[in-house]
Amino acid sequence: MLYSSIVFLPLIGAILTGLFGKTIGARKSELITSTLVAISALLSWYVLLNVGWVNGKNDQVIVILKWLTSGALDLSWSIRVDTLTAVMLVVVNTVSAVVHFYSIGYMHNDPSRQRFFSYLSLFTFAMLMLVTSNNFLQLFFGWEGVGLASYLLIGFWHHKESANNAAIKAFIVNRVGDFGFALGIFCIFYFFGSLDFNTVFSNASDLVDKKINIFGYSISAISFICFLLFIGAMGKSAQFLLHTWLPDAMEGPTPVSALIHAATMVTAGVFLVARCSPLYELAPSVMSLIVFIGATTAIFAASVALVQNDIKKVIAYSTCSQLGYMFVALGVGAYQVGIFHLFTHAFFKALLFLGAGSVIHAMSNEQDMRHMGGLRKFIPKTYILMLVGTLALTGFGVPGLFGMAGFYSKDAIVEAAYVSSISIGSYAFTMLLVAALMTSFYSWRLIFMTFHGTPRASKEVMSHLHESPNIMLIPLIILVIGSILSGYAFYDSFIYAGFKEFWASSIFILKDNYILKELHDVSYLIKWSPTIMMIIGVTFAYYLYIRNPHIPQKIAKDQEVLYSFLLNKWYFDEIYNYIFVRPAVLVGKIFWKRGDENIINRFGPDGISKQVVKITKKIVQLQSGLIYHYAFSMIIGLTFIITFYIIVGRGS
Amino acid sequence: MDWPILSTIILIPLLGSLTILLINSEDEIGNRNIKIVALYTCIVNFLASIFLWVNFDKLSSEFQFIERYAWLAENITYHVGIDGISLFLIILTTFLMPFCILASWTNVKNKIKDYMVAFLILESLMIGVFCALDLVVFYLFFEACLIPMFLIIGVWGGARRVYATFKFFLYTLSGSVLMLIAIIYIYIVTGTTDVTILSGYDFNYSIQNWLWLAFFISFAVKMPMFPVHTWLPDAHVEAPTAGSVILAGVLLKMGGYGILRFSIPLFPIGSFVFTDLVFVLSVIAIIYTSFIAIAQEDIKKLIAYSSVAHMGFVTMGIFTFTDQGIQGGVFQMISHGLISSALFLSVGVIYDRLHTREIAVYGGVVKKMPIYAAFFLVFTMANIGLPGTSGFVGEFLTLLGAFKVNLYVAFFATTGVILSAAYALWLYKRVIFGVITNDEVEKLLDLNLREYIILLPFVLLIILFGVYPNMVIDLTATSTTNLIDNYNYAIEQYQSHLVSVNLEIGT
Repeated sequence: MLYSSIVFLPLIGAILTGLFGKTIGARKSELITSTLVAISALLSWYVLLNVGWVNGKNDQVIVILKWLTSGALDLSWSIRVDTLTAVMLVVVNTVSAVVHFYSIGYMHNDPSRQRFFSYLSLFTFAMLMLVTSNNFLQLFFGWEGVGLASYLLIGFWHHKESANNAAIKAFIVNRVGDFGFALGIFCIFYFFGSLDFNTVFSNASDLVDKKINIFGYSISAISFICFLLFIGAMGKSAQFLLHTWLPDAMEGPTPVSALIHAATMVTAGVFLVARCSPLYELAPSVMSLIVFIGATTAIFAASVALVQNDIKKVIAYSTCSQLGYMFVALGVGAYQVGIFHLFTHAFFKALLFLGAGSVIHAMSNEQDMRHMGGLRKFIPKTYILMLVGTLALTGFGVPGLFGMAGFYSKDAIVEAAYVSSISIGSYAFTMLLVAALMTSFYSWRLIFMTFHGTPRASKEVMSHLHESPNIMLIPLIILVIGSILSGYAFYDSFIYAGFKEFWASSIFILKDNYILKELHDVSYLIKWSPTIMMIIGVTFAYYLYIRNPHIPQKIAKDQEVLYSFLLNKWYFDEIYNYIFVRPAVLVGKIFWKRGDENIINRFGPDGISKQVVKITKKIVQLQSGLIYHYAFSMIIGLTFIITFYIIVGRGS
Repeated sequence: MDWPILSTIILIPLLGSLTILLINSEDEIGNRNIKIVALYTCIVNFLASIFLWVNFDKLSSEFQFIERYAWLAENITYHVGIDGISLFLIILTTFLMPFCILASWTNVKNKIKDYMVAFLILESLMIGVFCALDLVVFYLFFEACLIPMFLIIGVWGGARRVYATFKFFLYTLSGSVLMLIAIIYIYIVTGTTDVTILSGYDFNYSIQNWLWLAFFISFAVKMPMFPVHTWLPDAHVEAPTAGSVILAGVLLKMGGYGILRFSIPLFPIGSFVFTDLVFVLSVIAIIYTSFIAIAQEDIKKLIAYSSVAHMGFVTMGIFTFTDQGIQGGVFQMISHGLISSALFLSVGVIYDRLHTREIAVYGGVVKKMPIYAAFFLVFTMANIGLPGTSGFVGEFLTLLGAFKVNLYVAFFATTGVILSAAYALWLYKRVIFGVITNDEVEKLLDLNLREYIILLPFVLLIILFGVYPNMVIDLTATSTTNLIDNYNYAIEQYQSHLVSVNLEIGT
């Protein structure tokens, strides 16, 4: 009952406000959905406390309803609760509750806010189904369900062409990932005859020696499965090559960006890999791939974030980059560290986004940082919130003493990459260190451009400038607490001394996987290295944007090629547009006009009927009415018949 | 024997049409009465078919509700009965009919009497198709369906209706000719056309291939499969809304049903031999027509092409000869019957208002018709195969089955999930979202009560079947297992035969 309430309360809210929002009114809709999610959030904390520390029950499954039975396939709607799920429940519901309350203020002018809150709650429900699933198909249900909610929320302002396009792009790029995910599910069923987590995970070791033949190559079955699942994870978590939708998704209202495109949905890929740790532990080659993709994403996205001018785009690329960090952690076998970063990141990234939302709100929907500046005097509370978020993201802290949330989780990833024995580990370590520098730079650049210096906004905007209402600021206190303390408070249980008891059986690691112990024993230099990078980054940012604000433009001019390469996000959109989007429509036209109309119809029905008409006309011409014509054809016919019989007769 | 329930269900619409013939259609009241009689007939028949569901024994592998009367010859009898596969196709038919009548309530103005009669006769014939257990009975029903459909498109259709009807007729008839020849041949060789007897009959292996092909061509045209699908877009575009609903919802299912009922049990070896051909055609259909759908400018044509793609999953699933594949195929037929019908009904709603199907004319509809937009969204998502809707279950099961049998088939067919998202979402965006540029759209009114009543059941069923598909799948289980067992048995025989032939050659 407890677990069912956590999952279904948001759904009830979504349905109530979705169907009867007009009748019950906007304010009531807001309160109903927000309260229900808040209750879910409180219950989630209780569950985490219970599962993680008090009784440690890690194998609870509640079956709700039979779903699908066909042959060997037997699936139910069910709720599985273990530590991993409990952590996700806390992340999802806490951020969702905060975002719900925040949105009451943020969306107060929107005429269709009932719809907005309904979607938010629907999203929360789908995300909860995802994290509580006990089989791959329910996971997939949640997976696509959050995709739907994301599509609806990105395109929430559906009169905007750009929002619609971004929504479709998000859905389709995710579908590309889901294509891999779906194949992975088929493959799992093919080898295990089941899609239930327990069955699959407990039999995973039987599969180690099995091979599957793909286009003439013999590939380890388990690697193939892991690879396919990872493609799904790449799509959802916006990893390198499938990342293009995430920045565009910022077309949605800012609370959506905070909830879906920073704290929860985009981390689903990380969750998937962690959930499937019993499979991934047996697929070292895929693990290396994950490290490579993760590290590349981290550096790529950070590099793009350096030059973006849209405040939300900077944070979006930052999210992308941080997700890369998480994948590196997973790839080196430190799943707990990846989830730890997911956990802390949810707080400070949601805080940054909602802070940015507060800025945008104050600036009458202006998002370009070039038109901001000097805002700290006008919106001091927002400024402090953003400062906390930035400190947490950049990993501010003193090793051995105290640090903000990101300090514990992010630094642990860098250390894990360093101690990792796989060959790509050093690549990852280097990339993550550089990315740490860039993170610090772009984060402080954002703060400096927005809040410091001289105001660059128009008089009109400046006159409307106002601090956000309390309904938007008070919920953020929870995120502030999380950004400051979540690292320090949970470090021990998540990744240090208490991690075995805490995670229990929810994350599987091989016997010889000691990375979680080793990463704490690195030298001081390594321990300090992310902090040093952070300091260098902030110094650069300070030098360029506070002391010498004219220099950045000069650099941009001098290094124009590099600058536009970064500004245009490595030209991914242009390339994809050129090789996928435009050809798709073109191919469709060719198939239609050439294939269907010019070949099939021409030689098929149209052609045949034309021929019939032609032949009929010819036959009609034969009936000329002239007797000698008829006689002549009779003679020809007769000749043929006689000849035929003569030839046949000779044979016998 | 109990009450002849199947014949009753076949006859009720005919009785309804007879009643309608007696009503004077000269005045307004008469026309109204005609519509009411038609509607009530369809509702009664739907309730009667629910009786089948309630009394269906899901554990029996035999045909149920069997009726058999002497007819043309000793072994050509009026033999009807159903199993788990036909059950839901009958219910689908009777379920869709009342909505077809309702959808035609105001937009059909001329010859309303003939229109309703044509629809009711069509209903009888379609149900007959799904009950028939004798090849001749089946053939008669199967072919006779063409006539009312031909009239519905040809008389009440759009501007190019004559071209569309002839194309439709030419395709389907030329397909069926071969089937007729095959049936005659079967009767000459075996002395019977009774399916229950014939399914135990071992046709000569090489003959089986020819018989299989003759049946298959006819069914492939109906499905329709690539490359004999080009009649469908034209027929859909020209058909009135209710005609499209029946065409997509029921007539297309006859091909898949025919394969399950006749091709596989009667000619298992033929089915085995041509499996790869079917796979190739199915996969081409899924990819090729999905691409074409992306490029469409006409809403109905787009949905028609997407239908072809979705039926590709059906044939692919069936020929995997796995539980998941076949049950998925059957489920996909039911689900597509609901989804495509709902989509065509939705198009009908805006067509009735603006009288155009051109995508470019619309845009911004959500401003004026928010409830409609919400309904249309559910149908679009179901068409994309979003989990939680019925559309997902069929695609998932058929692909799961395909993966077991042939990795590449599954691989290429799964690309369909990306393409369907592309064409369906793009359509939705262009019609529903955006700013209103057309003054006509500015005048649109949201769903009225009648339209609401038509669309709401589809929304509920699509979600219900997505969340709890077992209510359908469970009932198809026994029949499916039975079908697969018989097929596997025949293939074993065939393979041991091949081995012995090889041995003979060897010695």
